[in-house]
Amino acid sequence: MKSDIKLFENGKRLDGRRPDELRKIKIEVGVLHRAEGSCYLEWGDNKVLAAVYGPREAVPRHTQNPLRAIVNARYNMAAFSVDDRKRPGPDRRSREISKVISEALEYVILLEKFPRASIDVNIEVLDAEAGTRVAGLTAAAVALVDAGIPMKDIPVGCAAGKIEGKVVLDLGKEEDNYGDADLPIVISPRTNEILLLQMDGHLTPKEFDEALDLAIKGCHEVSKMQKEAIMKKFEKEAQ
Amino acid sequence: MNLEKRTIVIPSQLLGDVKKDKAGSGTFIENGKIYSEVIGVLNRNKEYINVTPLKGRYNPNQNDFVIGIVMEAMQSSWLVDINAAYPALLHVNEVPWDVEFGETEKYLNHGDVVMAKVLSVDQEKKLNITLKDRNLYKVKGGNIIDVEPSKVPRIIGKKGSMISLLKKYTNCRIFVGQNGRIWIDGEDKGIKKVINTIELIQKESLSYGLTNKIENLLKNDAKDVQ
Repeated sequence: MKSDIKLFENGKRLDGRRPDELRKIKIEVGVLHRAEGSCYLEWGDNKVLAAVYGPREAVPRHTQNPLRAIVNARYNMAAFSVDDRKRPGPDRRSREISKVISEALEYVILLEKFPRASIDVNIEVLDAEAGTRVAGLTAAAVALVDAGIPMKDIPVGCAAGKIEGKVVLDLGKEEDNYGDADLPIVISPRTNEILLLQMDGHLTPKEFDEALDLAIKGCHEVSKMQKEAIMKKFEKEAQ
Repeated sequence: MNLEKRTIVIPSQLLGDVKKDKAGSGTFIENGKIYSEVIGVLNRNKEYINVTPLKGRYNPNQNDFVIGIVMEAMQSSWLVDINAAYPALLHVNEVPWDVEFGETEKYLNHGDVVMAKVLSVDQEKKLNITLKDRNLYKVKGGNIIDVEPSKVPRIIGKKGSMISLLKKYTNCRIFVGQNGRIWIDGEDKGIKKVINTIELIQKESLSYGLTNKIENLLKNDAKDVQ
């Protein structure tokens, strides 16, 4: 889709970022009282709240697995999170995102420790500005750590994309709407395994490799912020 | 007093090599390296690398003494919440009373509190508890507070040093369940003191020489009262 908006000017993007620069990220751990673990995350103008409940006995009973726990991630966008009011409730898009996030989290959680249990992860998007699924997963991962759930790694997500023929990191709203491609990924930063990869738009194989490398680099940057936020909370508790 | 702090580790943090150390609780091994699996405190002894979790559900073990809250009375058993990931089953055969079939509600009902022992934990983590042991009974009166289950050992202290201190200086009866529930009974003043002290222990659970610190505090407090 072409538009009149110029997404690039003198090598800078619309919001003044360099092509390989992330938006501003703020992570707060343990914001909810009643949840076992929680996290509030601001990623540019995205505002995401993640809460973890459990491990607890899975209901209804037929969903239980006698050998391991199940992960129920629920991604939900608030009606007021976008410019035009979003019809509340789950829709096709949010169900898909819930599923891919659940599967990404299942890979890192040590599920065998909690047979018959479910681990419920609620991701609430309060304000959306493009890249909410990776923001949601990044927040969910921090909330899981805060809940004391045993994990192999803290997963982290980041997106790359193509605007005006150039591969850039972490698309903003206009870039997502008028750009050529969007490639959100989630990795396990310790091993560099890819846990989630989706793509919207078109990339040549060469551009794809370039975008993937860029997104992985971005993931590692976000991962550092996640770990800092977790350490900050628990070291403060320990004084 | 030693003000040295313990190291806090987060999941996926590299802790050591299997060639040099053995992986203890709270850790996992991948490709010959030892990593932490939970947010917790690093505990390195001669042989093992352990991580004591800072948060998380109570992990039931056989013969643990726990405080449970009855969730439901069924025909021949009760479902009891013991703060674990799963509800525990208390069968009529495991209570000291002679209960007729279908009359479980006469003895224990929703909301009642019991001190119990974990009878068995099976592979599927099905939990059974019992009231047939010394000093186990239905709780009447007193207060119950919740603490982080991983901090229970600190509240009990080495060989019960911390808990006997609390009992000595506050004249309260205290029962600490392994599942992070604590029952306190005594005079209002004493109960308040115990709750405040336990809060302090939780807050400073990571510092060394805590038992001495608490003893001094309680001693001074006792003087003020006199």
